[in-house]
Amino acid sequence: MNIIFAIIAAVTIAAGVAAMSLRNLVHCALAVAVAFAGLAAAYLQLGAQFVGFTQVLVYVGAVAILIVFAILLTRGAEPPQQSVLSSGWLTGIFVAVVVLGVLVYAIAKSSVLQSPVPPQPEVTVHQIGEALMNKFVLPLEVVGLLLTAALIGAVIIAMKEEGKK
Amino acid sequence: MSPLAGYLILSAFLFAIGLAGALTRRNAIIVLIGIELMLNAANLNFIAFWRFSEHPEALTGILFVIFSIGVAAAEAAVGLALIIAIYRHYKTTNVDEMNSLKG
Amino acid sequence: MPWIVKNLWLIPALPMLAAGLSALAPRRYKKFSASLAIGSMIIGFLLSLCAFAHAVGQGEGGRQVCNFNWFQFGDQWLQLGWVLDPLTAVMLVMVTFVGTLIFVYSTGYMAHDENFTRFFTFLSLFAGAMLGVVIANSLLALFICWELVGLTSYLLIGFWYHKPSAAAAAKKAFITTRIGDVALLLGMVWLYSQSGTLLFYNNGAGCLEQTSLTALVAHTTSFGMAVSTGIGLLIFAGAVGKSGQVPLHVWLPDAMEGPTPVSALIHAATMVAAGVFLVARVYPLMSAGSGHSLHVVTWVGAITAIFAASIALAQNDIKRILAYSTVSQLGYMMMGLGVGGVAVGMFHLITHAFFKALLFMGAGSVIHGCHDEQDICRMGGLRKYMPITFATYAVGTLALCGFPLIVSGFWSKDEILHAARGWPISQVPFWLGVVGALFTAFYMTRQVFYVFFGDTRLHLGKTTASEQRTVDHAGVTAKEHPHDELPGHPHESPASMTMPLVVLAVCSILLGFIGTPKWPWFQKFLGAEVEGFTQDVVLLMVTSSIVVFIGMGLGWWFYGRKPMEQSEEPDPLEVLRPDIFSLLRHKYYVDEIYERSVIAFNAWFARACDWLDFWVWNGVVQLVSYFVVGISWADRFFDEFVVNLGFDEGCKGVSAGGRILSRLQNGRVQNYLRVIGIGLAVLALLMIWGCRPS
Repeated sequence: MNIIFAIIAAVTIAAGVAAMSLRNLVHCALAVAVAFAGLAAAYLQLGAQFVGFTQVLVYVGAVAILIVFAILLTRGAEPPQQSVLSSGWLTGIFVAVVVLGVLVYAIAKSSVLQSPVPPQPEVTVHQIGEALMNKFVLPLEVVGLLLTAALIGAVIIAMKEEGKK
Repeated sequence: MSPLAGYLILSAFLFAIGLAGALTRRNAIIVLIGIELMLNAANLNFIAFWRFSEHPEALTGILFVIFSIGVAAAEAAVGLALIIAIYRHYKTTNVDEMNSLKG
Repeated sequence: MPWIVKNLWLIPALPMLAAGLSALAPRRYKKFSASLAIGSMIIGFLLSLCAFAHAVGQGEGGRQVCNFNWFQFGDQWLQLGWVLDPLTAVMLVMVTFVGTLIFVYSTGYMAHDENFTRFFTFLSLFAGAMLGVVIANSLLALFICWELVGLTSYLLIGFWYHKPSAAAAAKKAFITTRIGDVALLLGMVWLYSQSGTLLFYNNGAGCLEQTSLTALVAHTTSFGMAVSTGIGLLIFAGAVGKSGQVPLHVWLPDAMEGPTPVSALIHAATMVAAGVFLVARVYPLMSAGSGHSLHVVTWVGAITAIFAASIALAQNDIKRILAYSTVSQLGYMMMGLGVGGVAVGMFHLITHAFFKALLFMGAGSVIHGCHDEQDICRMGGLRKYMPITFATYAVGTLALCGFPLIVSGFWSKDEILHAARGWPISQVPFWLGVVGALFTAFYMTRQVFYVFFGDTRLHLGKTTASEQRTVDHAGVTAKEHPHDELPGHPHESPASMTMPLVVLAVCSILLGFIGTPKWPWFQKFLGAEVEGFTQDVVLLMVTSSIVVFIGMGLGWWFYGRKPMEQSEEPDPLEVLRPDIFSLLRHKYYVDEIYERSVIAFNAWFARACDWLDFWVWNGVVQLVSYFVVGISWADRFFDEFVVNLGFDEGCKGVSAGGRILSRLQNGRVQNYLRVIGIGLAVLALLMIWGCRPS
């Protein structure tokens, strides 16, 4: 287990770093897709198969493509002439380091790590579907509404304005 | 080091990387990518905690992550639509130049 | 209490009421105001006769008082009141009688004056005040009426106020008498503080009664003088001012600027007699103990008598001669009070009032007849034009000189000389009195010969200085004179003016007989002892008669034998000894001395006070105002530069701070995100540490 976890972790982190530091935007998009995939592998490793597949379907299949589309539509494909970093980037690095430190500290000091490891749960899609329709039906409906609104909103926002100047 | 700790540390690193990218890169789309990364790190946290929790049959972690993925997708769509609309107006995706809201 | 004593206050009140009503009457109501005044005086005279009869009934030493409370201060009451005793009774009769006659005379004298009603208002007020002085039982009431008398004297002297000399004379009179009044006030205050009361007689508690007097004599001041002497001297100083004794005599001759009835009433008969009356009233105080104050009174009186008589020798104004004569006779009265007591002085006062009023009114008649000519050098030969006036004037002159036996002036003056002869301290006053009598006879004879004898030197109908004076005197030009044209010779006065002259002449003769040594009713009434026709008395009568004859003879020698023909001729005396004559003519230069010393000092002092006021007190006030202005300027400065500026700077600071803070809102989303990240970290730490189990 540990080895698989280590490889998955290394790949994901490398992809993440690459996504955040590459110059070419398209390369960043592709790297983040790799990161998504690595995360999906981690989900599978953890026994949440449905979530892993959903991750691949949605993130890799839709969000990454969407990002590529956006890059194409905003002429991001050409390599940028100026620095990739914004002004005050050092503050940003500092903030990220601080947050990391806090998170690691929290994890290290947490008492939950001492609890024993429970056995692997067996989760079926049937169970998930049942849960969705019984216990979590309200969030389901709300998410449906949310998606509708997002769809309409995105279309309207991205639509070309006619004659208004 | 327990497996949970490993997953948590991984998610923490991913979160920090995503945050670093969102805070330092000039292009708006990269910022969005970083935010997606942060979201994913949080999802990983949820699944890890579900796996190593005492009552995994409740499926709380999984369901939460399903909804989170759905919302994240919607948010990515809307965000990118916004960036396209802003690009149309400002002719740039440089976040430093999007400062009309300043006081 | 008999009704007359209870209602004695009516006697001064009625003339004052007449004055008040007259003041409110319009100017054309001449008959109204004159009849009011004369009516009140006649009623007063009748009441005075009742009072006199009552006092005679009470006999000598009889005294009835009526006191009342005025106001309270602390736990003491200030009391006023009036008294009816022989002194009061004789003065009341004299003042009301002479007053009535002079009022009647004034209706004729002032008939052409347009301010007739004002004249009678003032005259009535004066009469009321003078009667108040007479009946007063309290030194305070006396002082109040004393001041009123002084005020009316000022108003009447300056009656023709648009004449600058009259206004100046009125001021001089008031100020000079004021000096005396200050001393009187001091004496009054001292008396009150020592004896606790200002009432003269109050059933044994008054300040002139025995208990008070012994106390006052026993106290001595710091330099050994008894308190009674000190108070007496101060009160006498008031009398010096009012009665024109040396050195405060300078106002009386100038007071002749007033109309002649005023001179007759006020400056011959009554007001100037008020000083003598005051000394007589407080005689018990002055004679208590060693009686040193009476010595001073005597000396002052004697000196005044000779001083004024000598000046009268060289004067040319008819009224001025009479004025100096009045001063001299007042000196005689004071001397009489000092050496002989109340009866002697008062006798001469009463007789003098009658014949001096007669002389003044006669002089007024002469002036009126000569169309306001007052210089005797320009008169003459009036005997044939004004016979009644001449006859009465002659009687008055004889009375004043003291012609033996027939006139009252002889008897009264002899009383004085007799008392002076018997004065134990010194004989000098006696000899001064004798020489004064010689001078009196001389100058009166001189005046009579100048005015009534010889040919008339008066040039009427030609433009002379007399006509110029006609314009000056009465404010009435010759053209406005009610006679159709200026007559060529003087004329007799109307009956309203000559009748009083006749009455007074008769009185001048008859009054003497109530005080002769053979029948000294008057002296006994006022409480004196007279021996009758002793050898000393007869010797003195002979001596004074000789002195009078010498004086009149000298007067005839110089002026009667060869009367002056031109008015510009020099006086025979002037030819004889021009230096002495000039000195006398200029009144011993007393006025000039006063001018150089007292008045100059006063002017300097006034200037110094003005300088002090302007530079020092004013300067202080200015300093305060500058200080306040400075404070306000500093305040404004502070407000403008410190407060405003501070406020402005504060505002600028706030806006600068705001400007700095606004940089947080730079519209850049990434910055916001960074801050959110920091906030997230802090929050997380807080939660971790907060939830830690301790």
